[in-house]
Amino acid sequence: MQLVVGLVSGIIFGLGLSISGMLNPVKVSAFLDLAGAWDPSLALVMGGGLIVNILAMLVLKKRTKPFFTDAFSLPQSKVIDRPLLVGAALFGIGWALGGLCPGPAIASLAYLSGDALMFFIPMLVGLYAARFIFSKI
Amino acid sequence: MIDIDNFTPLTALVGGGLIGLAAAILYAFNGRVLGASGITASALEGVIHPALREGLSWRVAFLVGVIIGPAVYMLMTGALPQSEYIAQDGRLVIAGLIVGLGTGLGSGCTSGHGICGLARFSKRSLAAVITFMATGFLTTFVMSHLVGL
Repeated sequence: MQLVVGLVSGIIFGLGLSISGMLNPVKVSAFLDLAGAWDPSLALVMGGGLIVNILAMLVLKKRTKPFFTDAFSLPQSKVIDRPLLVGAALFGIGWALGGLCPGPAIASLAYLSGDALMFFIPMLVGLYAARFIFSKI
Repeated sequence: MIDIDNFTPLTALVGGGLIGLAAAILYAFNGRVLGASGITASALEGVIHPALREGLSWRVAFLVGVIIGPAVYMLMTGALPQSEYIAQDGRLVIAGLIVGLGTGLGSGCTSGHGICGLARFSKRSLAAVITFMATGFLTTFVMSHLVGL
């Protein structure tokens, strides 16, 4: 059942990304370009996502465990440390350079294009390298 | 100046709402945070290292679902969503590499920190979102208005 949940959640996520315009690097870039012809749409993508997710969190607050697993699995770290800030800073730079963040990079594989792979494969390399660096920090 | 011609508030809100719904479903049923970079990294680790295979199947199913998403969009509208790249070749490769490295080190991306983290009022996620938004705005400013690329 966890597998079905993963698939359903993934499809809804990919559809949401498609409808929102997040798969279009030009639109992402127009959102990040405050000094140019600024397109604020993506702020509303985050807003819409937050509203629904915050409401869901409030509803789920009374539950002690998820429907199909034994426990809610949440990140344990509470400190704002160097890897978090350096990593986030790097991510912002890469996001602005390519116009894609990880979710849209995955969804873009649906286009079966060379461009999609030319972003996705290096992203995998980066993610894997980070896990190694992480274990040594 | 706000570019009113390209401003798409309705599809942004509906698409964003679906992203929030997807995160809520994954959390309610599997107890997992919907973070695109984290799920991808853990799936990759599971594929490469047999010892880390726990949770691989739902993660792969999720990733397959994300790729099916634009196909569902095509069934509904007749075409894949509009996608016009701002980078090619070397710049695209470097961007992908930095995004992977950054989200790996920073333990999350726009979905994990931006949607899920902020929704449970995580201070770490707030710090991450402020940081990647700031460097994103700054990089775009430098590239578009100073370097002219």
